[in-house]
Amino acid sequence: MNTQNINIVQAEQPQLPLSMSPKKFILWLFIVSIVMLFAAWTSAYIVAQAEGVGVPIELPSLFGYTSILLILSSISMHLAYRAAKRDQLNLLRIFSTITFILGVGFLAGQLLGFEQLVASNVYFVGGTAIDSFTFVLPFMHGVHIVAGLVFLLIVLVQSFRYKVHSKSMLSIELCATFWHFLDGLWLYLFLFLTFN
Amino acid sequence: MATINVEKSHTGGAADAHAHGAHDHQQSFITKYIFSTDHKMIGKQYLISGIFWALIGGFLSILFRLQLGFPGMDMTFLKPLLGDWITTSGTLDPEFYLALVTMHGTIMVFFVLTAGLSGTFSNFLIPLQIGARDMASGFMNMLSYWFFFVASVIMFYSLFIETGPAAGGWVVYPPLSALPEAISGSHLGMTLWLISMTLFIASQLLGGINYIATVINLRTRGMSFAKMPLTVWAFFLTAVLGLLAFPVLFAAALLLVFDRSFGTSFYLADIYIAGEALPHVGGSPLLYQHLFWFLGHPEVYIVILPSFGIVSEVMATNARKPIFGYRAMIGSLLGISVLSFVVWAHHMFVSGMDPFLGSVFMFLTLIIAVPSAVKVFNYLTTLWRGNIIFTPAMLYSIGFVSLFISGGLTGIFLGNAAIDVQLHDTYFVVAHFHLVMGSAAFFGMMAGIYHWFPKMFGRMMDNKLGYFHFWATFIGVYMVFFPMHYIGIAGFPRRYYSFTNFDAFSGFTDLNMFVSIAAIVTFTAQLVFIFNFFYSMYLGRKAPANPWNSNTLEWTTPVEPGHGNWPGEIPTVYRWPYDYSKPGAKEDYIPQNIPYAMTPESNLPHETAMIDMEKDDDAVVVDREGKH
Ligand code: HEM
Ligand SMILES: [Cu+2]
Repeated sequence: MNTQNINIVQAEQPQLPLSMSPKKFILWLFIVSIVMLFAAWTSAYIVAQAEGVGVPIELPSLFGYTSILLILSSISMHLAYRAAKRDQLNLLRIFSTITFILGVGFLAGQLLGFEQLVASNVYFVGGTAIDSFTFVLPFMHGVHIVAGLVFLLIVLVQSFRYKVHSKSMLSIELCATFWHFLDGLWLYLFLFLTFN
Repeated sequence: MATINVEKSHTGGAADAHAHGAHDHQQSFITKYIFSTDHKMIGKQYLISGIFWALIGGFLSILFRLQLGFPGMDMTFLKPLLGDWITTSGTLDPEFYLALVTMHGTIMVFFVLTAGLSGTFSNFLIPLQIGARDMASGFMNMLSYWFFFVASVIMFYSLFIETGPAAGGWVVYPPLSALPEAISGSHLGMTLWLISMTLFIASQLLGGINYIATVINLRTRGMSFAKMPLTVWAFFLTAVLGLLAFPVLFAAALLLVFDRSFGTSFYLADIYIAGEALPHVGGSPLLYQHLFWFLGHPEVYIVILPSFGIVSEVMATNARKPIFGYRAMIGSLLGISVLSFVVWAHHMFVSGMDPFLGSVFMFLTLIIAVPSAVKVFNYLTTLWRGNIIFTPAMLYSIGFVSLFISGGLTGIFLGNAAIDVQLHDTYFVVAHFHLVMGSAAFFGMMAGIYHWFPKMFGRMMDNKLGYFHFWATFIGVYMVFFPMHYIGIAGFPRRYYSFTNFDAFSGFTDLNMFVSIAAIVTFTAQLVFIFNFFYSMYLGRKAPANPWNSNTLEWTTPVEPGHGNWPGEIPTVYRWPYDYSKPGAKEDYIPQNIPYAMTPESNLPHETAMIDMEKDDDAVVVDREGKH
């Protein structure tokens, strides 16, 4: 009757389930849901493209520059993280601030990029679905960047209150993970829009 | 050494009650009942909300069944409630009929069978059954409920607005849902629907992420995945499905919002209204259907998986037998979860999709019947020669299996693209999913409520009323949904206000009348349940600690567990949850927290060998949560 549980139980003794910090795990799950969100939109883009007639869109040149900004911000994020790990609190503050500024710069660049699009006669409303997608994808990414910036701000404030250091890494670790993810997400969107 | 109870009642932990005493501090009414972060209270909040919505959703269906069973009947008596939705000649307004169908579907699928079912049981049972003090994040959990609450308020409000609630079907296909000119429900009603669903999605994601994180991270000592109750497996996979599917619904809905409110053309193309061309060009309504059903099909499994879990647990307990094929059960849950993401287009066979694609999806769809059948066989073989105890929960579980078989078989018909040409959008489909999803999931939910009521409220529900409720409902749903197969094969389309205008369809009026009467009777029978539920909550017989002689950890808590669940340390798990009627054992059940060292009479050889390992474990108290 119990045959199926024979090999299950084998050599298993009561043990603690391995665990990473639940908070970190929760962040990863959030990231999964964001991935699904953009997976849905980009596949919708492909479907729309297969059915549509629209002319190919020239991406604003600015998007290239903002991509570089975002990569730089990821690097400074990492440096901030490393500084925190080594208890170099001043460096931590400097690099977090730089990351924040670069992030804001990225957002501003994206907005100007939208203006470039409009200048080249690509509109959010009135054109094909592809035209609209060219706005929707960077815009929705931008919304997530805003969330990332808020997170960054929280960590920044904490770092000024001596709450981020080698023994208290969770918040900056989460923040860095999220930020790098947003960076990667943008690069994906950028390449996707460039090659489609 | 971890506290071990051989007795039925929980005695453990008296010595180390201080370990968690901090949790029993006085809570105000607001933090205890309203903005609670305790998973048990949140589960109950979901349950009460779900019952509320089920009554609303059921009532709406009675309204449209009246029109279907008694076409053009005089409904003036409903005028005080429905106002202008009753026309001057006393009949139901045809557009409101569509709104009723839409809201019935939305409410039942999302607010009752998703939020009410997973929300209740995942919240209530996951921490109790894996041995955790609470969810990974109590705050997120509370947030999840309150997002759901606000979503509910908005959806409820939309029932009462001037232009009426959304009316494009629960799937809200554009262009109907995108153009306010098309139907009055696509005005404000549709906007509110979208807002409400957005909040609902946020709520489900917050909840689901929490369930997953809790199952992965907070299991007690010894609770390996291979010793987890099937309920927890099912809730876990449900949450995974939700995590992957709900963002896609959000993606679809946002584009719909853009089309509706900003004038983009994601889903709209070449539409003329009153001879005037709308400005939308190049969109594709098919795109919406793909996105929607990518959520929509996993959604139907989000609804049914928790019931699978609940039924497995209730059935093993009340058949006093180990669940047959524990591993196969997990395997089929996994199989169903994976497959549910690759079959969505079977809802679109006749939507103008490439027929070749149709045959691919047909193939994949039919494969899903295999893990489904595995589950059914395992339920039946669990029952086979068991010492069955027919509690109301057990009856509901058996009823679940019956309904799942009846409704699953018709799925195989529908899964054939060629047959679906005839059957799509007829009452046959309605019959299919009301049996396999609506009724079966409802039965799973009822099984869960009757079974875990003692744990939730510390009292027993009345059995006699439970039996009456079961038989009335079981016979009732078959009376309601079985005839619909015939109506559907005869070609009656769903979502039609009236058939009597067509000669071809005027033949089935008597059957439709029968269905409507059965629906009213079945709905009324639910009031017995409502009475039993609320009466027993306050005046029921006091529950013993383990009323069903069950093995899982929740029954090792005090009758009414406080915040933190176990007053002392959390029990350690030594065995799987299905040691029922083990040969040689003193009792016909051995709870999961009993070490093999204490059951030499029933151990199998390899289990005896494990006693040594148990000794190594001198009670390192697992109390990571105790510090807050
Ligand atoms: C044996 C497995 C199953 C197969 C092959 C199957 C197949 C299908 C097909 C092909 C349709 C589309 C019919 C049409 O619109 O023309 C359908 C509709 C539906 N099925 Fe199933 N099904 C199965 C099991 C289930 C289960 C387990 C559930 C839910 C728990 C479910 C819920 C639904 C729902 C809700 C719809 C209708 C959606 C709507 O149009 O409103 N099915 N099924
Ligand atoms: Cu489906």
